[in-house]
Amino acid sequence: MTSFPDAARVTLGDAQLRRNLGNATSTIRDKRARVVAEVPDWEQLRNAGRAIKSDVMHRLDEYLIQFESAVQEAGGHVHWACDAAEANAVVLDVARAHGATEVVKVKSLTTDEIELNDALEAGGVRAIETDFAELILQLDGDWSSHILVPAIHRNRTEIRDLFLRTIAAPPLSDNPSALAEVARVYLREKFLTAKVGVSGANFAVAETGTVVVVESEGNGRMCTTLPPVLVTVVGIEKLVPTFTDLEVFLQLLPRSSTGERMNPYTSLWTGVTDGDGPQEFHVVLLDNGRTRVLSDEVGRQALHCIRCSACLNVCPVYSRTGGHAYGSVYPGPIGAILTPQLLGVENAKTLPYASTLCGACYEVCPVKIDIPAVLLHLRAEVVKAAGGTPERAVMRMVARAFGGAGRYGIAQRLARLLQGPARRLPGPVATWTQTRKLKPLPKETFRQWWSRERGA
Amino acid sequence: MRVGLFVTCLGDTLFPEAPQAVVRVLERLGHDVEFPTEQTCCGQLHGNSGYRDEAFKLAERFERIFEGFDAIVSPSSSCVGMIREYRPTLAPRVFEFSEFLVSRLGVVDVDAHFRHRVTYHPTCHSLRVAKVGDAPLRLLRAVRGLELVELPHATECCGFGGTFAVKNAETSTAMLAAKCSAILSTGAQVCTAVDNSCLLQISGGLARGRSGVRTMHLAEILAS
Repeated sequence: MTSFPDAARVTLGDAQLRRNLGNATSTIRDKRARVVAEVPDWEQLRNAGRAIKSDVMHRLDEYLIQFESAVQEAGGHVHWACDAAEANAVVLDVARAHGATEVVKVKSLTTDEIELNDALEAGGVRAIETDFAELILQLDGDWSSHILVPAIHRNRTEIRDLFLRTIAAPPLSDNPSALAEVARVYLREKFLTAKVGVSGANFAVAETGTVVVVESEGNGRMCTTLPPVLVTVVGIEKLVPTFTDLEVFLQLLPRSSTGERMNPYTSLWTGVTDGDGPQEFHVVLLDNGRTRVLSDEVGRQALHCIRCSACLNVCPVYSRTGGHAYGSVYPGPIGAILTPQLLGVENAKTLPYASTLCGACYEVCPVKIDIPAVLLHLRAEVVKAAGGTPERAVMRMVARAFGGAGRYGIAQRLARLLQGPARRLPGPVATWTQTRKLKPLPKETFRQWWSRERGA
Repeated sequence: MRVGLFVTCLGDTLFPEAPQAVVRVLERLGHDVEFPTEQTCCGQLHGNSGYRDEAFKLAERFERIFEGFDAIVSPSSSCVGMIREYRPTLAPRVFEFSEFLVSRLGVVDVDAHFRHRVTYHPTCHSLRVAKVGDAPLRLLRAVRGLELVELPHATECCGFGGTFAVKNAETSTAMLAAKCSAILSTGAQVCTAVDNSCLLQISGGLARGRSGVRTMHLAEILAS
């Protein structure tokens, strides 16, 4: 994976991209703050969300078995997948069994995580993304930069030009409703002809086997009701114990994510119903690193995430770098703690440092994931995995200097001696003085002043 | 009450004016302040960079040096937050300076005079870790002659973040640019805060832009 600072440079150097991002994140941020302030028991809801998810993590084995039985009882098929390859194979097999060359898809991070579209393509099946923003990215060969608004880095003129190159004939204005109409006409035919629909899930209820998809455009409702066959890929952390637990999350999620009181479409289905909706239903329960995350007592709270993206919108780092810098389908603060755990810290070692620890993410998280605490925990893991680096040597030296007032006083005097006239910091810390003026060291330290004044 | 001053490594080495101001204000209010000379660093640099063992040792050392005090006062919310997390037994006795004045001593007016237009940057750790609330603002409002102007997007991070400013220098600079233009938009002559680490970053940005806006630790204004 490209290091975060290197990957961040792309967006930092693109003024248009930064404007698109800055405008979009601040709009959603303000909207969220308004609708959250309306809810008098918001804190209690957050506490409940955290408590329910924490219970799920402690008894995940039981809930998964319970969910499997409930789905089977309701006429659905359940598949267990250890990794991306196993999950993708299940979806491909189902599509092939029905002779499908195209499947219609609901926007789903989990299927992005396992790169399902590529796997299907390799097997001769084309996946059509039906979420407006996902469609934009798919047509352009681009990838998502935001959990909720994948094309947040694109503006409408760029989208108009893209549609003209791909699925629309001129003339076409960049008016949002004209752009939406192009997508609507293109997608309607896909919805009506696809034999297989593919979705992820926002929640899966252990007690009843019910699967929930929350969305805004109605494309999800189309994908999960029109094709005769439906395959749903569910990360094992998406379970909630009972149907009534949904009450908490269906309040937390829309207000936190889109800043709406309620989302436009909430689809719930349980197995197969005669004469209504898909007559064949498959659930793929996906691990893909999640049980490893679960084994980490501090880090496992990352699995509580309900993918609302509130942490992205308030993050001062994300709003400057955009999502691509995080090198995974999970960008922003949640990505910075989830990706290193899913892939192993040695494979994403700059991500835990992609934060100032300002804590804005923790403040808005609807399930109270203490992201700064997990970042610190992962930084310690990175240091442990890295072994003897030059940084470690310096840190040890500094710790030694801090270990006694005598040594510390010598270090202070040495710093003043070494302070160059140009006041540029040396070596790896030189980057600081490239854009900031460094304050000169004062004539005397506090302790020198104290001993002169107070004679101690 | 035995009051121990924790000046922090940054305050000792680079910003002695701030702890000196703390001493002046507390003595003006009739308190004796002690400076245990064995003190060095709370361990935050190490803790925040992933060097937990070193951080833990430094925090332990801190506790040994300060254990005899009824109150430990520091001009840094960030270091206070660090001590509270690593040494929970000390937590009830460790105070950020403005918090100590307002919550522990119940003082809002410290008889300060400062005839300037000032804007206040609430640092992330003062807001979300040490949770000092509006104590700094209440103190500033009581300063004679001071005109307090509101900082737009005040609660957004300045981009310092310790080693973040070095490891992610470009992103840090982009964040700093936004903070500096917010400060300049207020027309303030002085930007103040309760953490010198953030003020180091902000003053670095303001000075490079030759803005003429100064940064000052809250304690320095209260000592005026």
